[in-house]
Formats: sequence, C-alpha cells, structure tokens
Amino acid sequence: MTFHEIIVTINQNQEKITVPSNMTLMRMLREVLALTGTKNGCSAGECGACTVLMNGEPVNSCMVLAVECDGAEIITVEGLASDKQLDPVQDSIIQTGGVQCGFCTPGILISSRALLNRNPDPSDAEIKEALVGNLCRCTGYTRIIDAIKEAAMRQKAKE
Amino acid sequence: MVKNTHPTLPEFDYVKPVTLFETSQFLFTHSNDSSPFLGGTDLFIRMRDGVIKPHYLVDIKHLAGMDKLDFDPQKGLTIGAAVNMNRVINSPDVQEHYPLLADACKSVASYQLRNRATIIGNICNASPAGDTIGACIALDGVLHIHGIAGSRFESLSDFFLGPGKTNLKPGDIVTAISFPLPPQGHASTYVKLGRNKLSDLSIVGVTVLGNIDTKKQSGFRFRVILASVAPVPLIVTQAETYLSSHEVNQETIHQAACIASEASHPINDVRGSARYRREMVRNLTENALIKVWKKLNQ
Repeated sequence: MTFHEIIVTINQNQEKITVPSNMTLMRMLREVLALTGTKNGCSAGECGACTVLMNGEPVNSCMVLAVECDGAEIITVEGLASDKQLDPVQDSIIQTGGVQCGFCTPGILISSRALLNRNPDPSDAEIKEALVGNLCRCTGYTRIIDAIKEAAMRQKAKE
Repeated sequence: MVKNTHPTLPEFDYVKPVTLFETSQFLFTHSNDSSPFLGGTDLFIRMRDGVIKPHYLVDIKHLAGMDKLDFDPQKGLTIGAAVNMNRVINSPDVQEHYPLLADACKSVASYQLRNRATIIGNICNASPAGDTIGACIALDGVLHIHGIAGSRFESLSDFFLGPGKTNLKPGDIVTAISFPLPPQGHASTYVKLGRNKLSDLSIVGVTVLGNIDTKKQSGFRFRVILASVAPVPLIVTQAETYLSSHEVNQETIHQAACIASEASHPINDVRGSARYRREMVRNLTENALIKVWKKLNQ
C-alpha cells in the first residue's frame, strides 16, 4: 500500500503528516493527532458522530480519505472555542441540557456551527433538516433544537 | 492491538492521475482491480463490507472540467462529475430551470453526506434506488464519457443494465452530465417513500415530469420513472403513452398509475415487500401525476 505526505491545517495548526492510502480523515484525527473529540460511530456516513468542517463545510470524516485533505482546512470540535471562549453553540447546549451521554455532541456541535454559518436564523424545520445526519439516542433532540435556537439568539445579540 | 468494532477500509493504493487521457489509460490497464471514485459515499461502504476489493482507487475529482456547473440559456445545463449535491441544490439556475434536480438531490441522505455525494456517482453506482437518476432521465440528461478511444456522449435511456451494472467499458470515466433546456412551463415532482420522512433510502421513488404538448392527442406529455421497483430505474413508457393518447382526468390518471404498478417488478427486501411496493407505486404515481397535472392547469 502506498503512503502519501500531506499538509493539512487542523484547528488552525498546519501539520505535515504521512498517511496510508486507506486511512480515513477520522482515523487520522483520532489515531495520529489524538483529537479524540471526533467520534467513530457507524463508519458509514449515517450517524454523524465524526462530523468535522472541511474547508468550512461539514463532512462525515469517516467518508473522507486523509490523503484527500492535502491542502485542506479542517475544524474539529476541539477547534470550535477560541480565546478560551466557548462557541455559542457549545454554551447553549450546556445551558439547555442538550447533552446526555455526549457521544453525538461533537458532531451535533459541528453541524450546528455549519448551519448557523450559512443560516444565522434557522426555523425549527431547518434545524431538523440540518441535523438529519446526526443521530442522538439520548435526548430526543428537543433540547438540542432549543440549544441551536438559543445560540442563534446569542449570536445575533453579540452582533 | 484493539480490534476495531467496525471494520475499517481494506488496503488499496490511492492514485491521482493528472489528465483525462492518463486516467482512462490507467483504468483500462488495471480494469480488473481499479475503480474511479468521486465522493466515495457508496464505494467506501462496499469496500468496507468486502463486496468489492479494488487494488487502486483512482481519484477523478480534480480533473479538468469536473468541477463546473454551467447554465447557458440557449443550450442548457452542464454539471461536472465532481459537483456535489449541495452545490446543485443551491444553484440559482438549477432552482429556476430544473427544480426537479434540486428536489431529487435534497431527498438524498444528510447535509454532510451531500457535501460529498455527486449526481454522476449516483448514476454510475447504478443502484435501482438511486434518487437522482429519475430526474436525470426525465430531464433528458446526456452523459459525457471519456474513454480509451476519446470522448463520446451517451443517453441515460439504455445506460443501466442491472443493479450496479452500466454500459461503461473499461477505461471509461463519466466527466459530466448535460441537460437540454427543459420543456417550457413544465411541472415536476419526486415522491419518495422511505422508512422515515428524511434521509432514508427509498422503498419506492416516483419521478413525474409533465408539460403541455399540443402535438400529443391529450395535449399533455408526461414522463414517469420509478426507483427501487425493478433491477434498473424503470421508465414506464406504457403509462406515458397512455396519458398522451387519452384525455387527462382523475380517472385516466388512476389508470396510468395502475399501469405503472403492473409494469413494476419489485423484490422483497429489508425495506419493504414486493406486494407493498406495487401498491405504493400505484398510490404514489397517482399522487405525483395529480400534483403535476394540477400545476400544469394553474
């Protein structure tokens, strides 16, 4: 199997990594860079626990090859907070109690951040649509949806 | 070492040729153990499950022209192979002139997956359940194929040979799909029955496109294409001709839906039984036809 040297920016740090052809972005994050916030749920692009931002858009990192990320910019859940300030979606999900076991949370946070980036004022239906690819078996989603609405409001208040 | 709960991708070599010519040559030389790939959303799963074991994965996303989404008011729309479904959905040209394509793409999986999934991938994967295939057929999509002997165009009507089987020859890569201008004042819908409202694979999918056509006896032309009820995407020609030669009303629409149901030959699988599917074809085709017919009469 061939190996490839890639240069990739992860949470604003540039990394030079050698990856085998069959390594997924998810495995590279978890096993090479020890960024274990990104979770391995289904490995099939269905559960969304491994969602990260790739060049600003959410993708299932289990369905992207590490070698494809050469030159890309990746944001994982570890990179959401800045200057020791939580992202509004992180703050709100704590406030509303949208976390129970927490396994889906990193993916939910990334999908929510991406949603608010493209639509700062989403309706309930738009939130549900954006979270179709993020399964949560604990919360019943209600508090997660509340959290995103709350985060949208906070974000607006800040501006 | 801890064994992974989920098997990971088997070993393969990632290859990224620079030109179309080189790509076709490579795929031709390694026709038994290589596979082109775009988003990988179907391919990776089949590799992980051991269904296919390509030695080489040939990334074709970066090749010249693969990334373009162009609309020409005279000629129509061209979508490159590497254009993901979210880009199709968000294109103002697609929304205005080809809303059926956007609707079909929207019904696929989740937002994250649609950032990787492509229409060309959906077509080449040749699943009878492919959500965007019906729309591409209804809109008379033409595939741009680059092969060992150069470039050619191929229509979708006889492209599919069976589940996962297409007309593509060794060395062929589909570089784009183009659509002529859609019929003036057309109306269309994609009705998808899944196990849940959003994101599932289809148990039955019905694509209907209609337009007013004075050359037809009934004054209307309809396209009816079914997903998940035959080994290939099913064009229900019998129902289409029936509606162009009979006055269109509630009754003939019901009749056309029955014809569609008879024409389908679904299988029993985890998502639904053959009998259920046939019933659903009748109901959903009727609903879809009525919806489109009403829009045309507005």
